[in-house]
Amino acid sequence: MSSVRVLVGTRKGAFVLTSDAKRERWDVSGPHFAGWEIYHLKGSPADPNRLYASQSSGWFGQIIQRSNDGGATWEQVGNAFAYDGVPGTHQWYDGTPHPWEFARVWHLEPSPTDPDTVYAGVEDAALFRTVDGGMTWHELPALREHSSGASWQPGAGGMCLHTIVLDPANAGRMYVAISAAGAFRTDDGGTTWRPINRGLHSEQLPDPTAEVGHCVHRIAMHPSRPSVLFMQKHWDVMRSDDAGDSWREVSGNLLSDFGFPIAVHAHEPETIYVVPIKSDSEHFPPDGKLRVYRSRTGGNAWEALTNGLPQENCYVNVLRDAMAVDALDSCGVYFGTTGGQVYASADSGERWAPIVRDLPAVLSVEVQTLQ
Amino acid sequence: MIRVVLPAHLRTLAHVAGEVAVQVEGPTTPGAVLDALETSYPMLRGTIRDQVTRRRRPFVRFFACGQDLSHEPPDTPLPDAVALGTEPFLIVGAMAGG
Repeated sequence: MSSVRVLVGTRKGAFVLTSDAKRERWDVSGPHFAGWEIYHLKGSPADPNRLYASQSSGWFGQIIQRSNDGGATWEQVGNAFAYDGVPGTHQWYDGTPHPWEFARVWHLEPSPTDPDTVYAGVEDAALFRTVDGGMTWHELPALREHSSGASWQPGAGGMCLHTIVLDPANAGRMYVAISAAGAFRTDDGGTTWRPINRGLHSEQLPDPTAEVGHCVHRIAMHPSRPSVLFMQKHWDVMRSDDAGDSWREVSGNLLSDFGFPIAVHAHEPETIYVVPIKSDSEHFPPDGKLRVYRSRTGGNAWEALTNGLPQENCYVNVLRDAMAVDALDSCGVYFGTTGGQVYASADSGERWAPIVRDLPAVLSVEVQTLQ
Repeated sequence: MIRVVLPAHLRTLAHVAGEVAVQVEGPTTPGAVLDALETSYPMLRGTIRDQVTRRRRPFVRFFACGQDLSHEPPDTPLPDAVALGTEPFLIVGAMAGG
C-alpha cells in the first residue's frame, strides 16, 4: 500500500505529515527543532527513510540534522561549511566588493543513487557536497570561482544558491540557480560551470540580457526529459528545451508572471504549475485570491485552479521551495504558504484542501511517495 | 570546574538540562572555556562562534559576575569567581526579535 510523506520546513521548526494513498487524513508530527528556521528538508531517493534537514538560526548559526527513520528521530551531523581557499569577494548591494561569508544552507539535494551523498546550496552562494552522510562537507569551488563571480550581487533575500537540479540520466550534469546571479550548469560533476541565461530578459538590469545577474527564483525538471527545464524567474516564466542553452518565455496568459515556485506533474512532463504573485513589492496573490495556475502545454496556455483555495482576502506568499508533487497514479500537488497553510490536491490540481492550516510561515515543502 | 550556563536552544542541542561544567587547562579565558565546551559537546561547534573565523556570533553574548564580557579578547582572563567555580560563565542569546 502506497503512502505519502510531506516534509514541511517553517520559520519555527519542521513538520512531517503522513497519509495513506487516499490523501484524505493526515497525521502531523512536529515541531521538530522547535524555534529554529528550517529552510529545507528532503529525503534520499535511494533510501526514503534517510532525511536531511537544514536547521538555522540568526543567533546560533547552521545545524544539519539527519534521520534514518523517516523523521521519527534525528541526529546532528556536520555543520562546518568552509569555503575552499580564500573566497574573495562578490558585489555588495552598493556595488562595493564584499567578502564571501557563509550564512546558511538554503537547499539540500540528496543524490538519486547514494543516501550518503548530498549537495547543499548555501548563502553566500556556493555549492557544497557530502559523501559521508553529512558528517563532512566540501565545497565544489569552481562555481564560486567562475569568472563572473566577483560581479554577482545578492537578491533581497541574500545571495543564495537556492536551486539544485540533478540530471537523473547524466551523473555529471547538474543545474543550480543563484539569486541574483542566474542559472548555471555543469556537465562534468562540478569541475566547470557555465552560465545558462541566454534568452532571459530582466529589465531591472542595465543590460537586460546580461550573461549573469538575473534573479532566477526556481527551476523544475521532469526526470523523463532532463533537457527540458522550466523556470520561474523574478518576473517571467521561462522554458528551455536544450538543457538551458537557450530560454523562451512561456508566461502566456498568466494573471501575473511574478512568483517563486514552479513544479512539474509527476506523469505529464508538459503539465506545470506556478502560483502567480502580484509583484516584487507586493508578495501576495493578485486580488486577494489564491490561485494555482496550470499549463498542460508546457507553458503559454494557463488555467486558474481555485477549487478549495481562498478566493477573497488572501494575502499570503508561496516561497520558492514550497511546492512539490507526489508520484501516485493520480498526481498529488502540494504547496505551503507564509500563512502556515499546506494545501494539497490529490487530483492534479482540480480540488484543493488544506492538510494543515496553522503552522509557522512555510519555507519549504517536499513530498515522498512511499511503497 | 568552570560552570557554564547555556541558552535554551543550545541546551537542547547538547542534551543537557541545567548548567554544564567543563575542565579548563591553563588560564581561564573565554576562549579556553569555549574550547573545553566544544570538546565536551561537539554538537555546539559553530553555534557560539564561527567555525572558520572563531568570531563570536553577533547575537551571542558572554556575561559573568554582572559584567558583559562579550567584547573582551578571547584570551582575557575571566573573573576569579568564574575560575573558582563560584560564579557561572553565562552564554546568552541576545534579545533581538524573533
